[in-house]
Amino acid sequence: MQMLQAILIGLPMTILVTVLSLALGTVAALPLLAGLRSGNRLLWLLSRGIIDLLRGVPPVVWLFILYYGVSVGALRLTALQAGVIGLGLVSAAYLAEIFRGAISSVHSGQWEASSALGFTRTTLWRRVVGPQAWRTAIPSYTTYSIGLLKDSSIASTIGVAEIVYMSNQYARQSGEGILIFFIAAGVYIALSLPLGILSRHLDTKMRKVVAR
Amino acid sequence: MNGLLPDVTALLPTMLGGLQTSLVLTVSSLLLGLPLGLLLSFGVVTPNRVLRWISVFFVEVGRGAPALVLLQLMYYGLPNVQITLSSLVSACLALTWTTAAYTAELIRGGIQAVPSGEVEGADALGLSAGDRLRFIVIPQGLRIALPSLMGFAVLLFQATSLAYTVAVPELMSQAYSTGSSTFKYLPAFIAAGILYAAISIPATWLSVLAEKRMSRHL
Repeated sequence: MQMLQAILIGLPMTILVTVLSLALGTVAALPLLAGLRSGNRLLWLLSRGIIDLLRGVPPVVWLFILYYGVSVGALRLTALQAGVIGLGLVSAAYLAEIFRGAISSVHSGQWEASSALGFTRTTLWRRVVGPQAWRTAIPSYTTYSIGLLKDSSIASTIGVAEIVYMSNQYARQSGEGILIFFIAAGVYIALSLPLGILSRHLDTKMRKVVAR
Repeated sequence: MNGLLPDVTALLPTMLGGLQTSLVLTVSSLLLGLPLGLLLSFGVVTPNRVLRWISVFFVEVGRGAPALVLLQLMYYGLPNVQITLSSLVSACLALTWTTAAYTAELIRGGIQAVPSGEVEGADALGLSAGDRLRFIVIPQGLRIALPSLMGFAVLLFQATSLAYTVAVPELMSQAYSTGSSTFKYLPAFIAAGILYAAISIPATWLSVLAEKRMSRHL
């Protein structure tokens, strides 16, 4: 019973870390995406470099750099802040690549038609390319979110009290280490199942409406 | 920021031992996990129900649970059933599980992508089912899966950084102990980050290159 209690206490934190870092990652992916798509060689190189660096260093290293290394005056990041910022930045790099791929999959006729109709850039992105790119991005986006849900466990290493942190504490206190971690594994699988089903459902629905 | 760069460069050589442990852990998990992944890729589609369920269990838990959970399961859990392993061996078992589960799916994807003409050709030549797998389907399937397997190997290398939570003396734990003994946390973690990046960024480029070369043949 205590086992379930430990995991249930950690569950909201796992969801919080996942949702916040996904939101941060999605927003922070946009400037990177703009850099990747810009004609300016320097901006492209900068974006490319940031993305490679963010993806080339393991998330746990980023979290430790942010949590132990960064101090603004006397101000230090809390574990939750460091966790969300670290995972969010890493997500931004992966998501920028996903978005770039989705945008380049939009048929060139769509761009040509938009300029032939004299659409402004805002209309082009908001009404033509944006929605179509988003539809193709959804399966990879949800797959990445499921990965991020599992990666949120890394925040336990800097003391964010989510599922793995709580299970770890329980295992140390009680000396019982099999059942608790199997339950934890089961909770992660149970959380990712609906996301996977949703993704497949959206994918089949979207396939019907996307022009190719 | 003053003195950060000299600190980092001074720390880099002291961490090579940890990097070596990280690489040993990566390679041994791959060596054990890849053959298991190949077995599991057939296990999840075998008609034998018991074998299939066992394979599905290993694949689903290995992919569905975070690597961190598997690491701690092996480290804190195995002593409960009277199996005591060193932290390096238990970490290797956990990452082998992850590797086998992920590569099973990647290999299955590669095998399914082998053109059906190859299988028909093998049948027409009168190859036995075993020979058909051994000489025709598996070699080509593995080749198709190679770029994604390389991509996975990079992620596995990064995942070994989590083994520090179960006291494996790899790069991350070395950075942490250096940081806590000298209070130079930031230089220590930056040095570790540089070493991780120095391996995984070129390795990622290699996997992208392999993918481009493969797509030329398909």
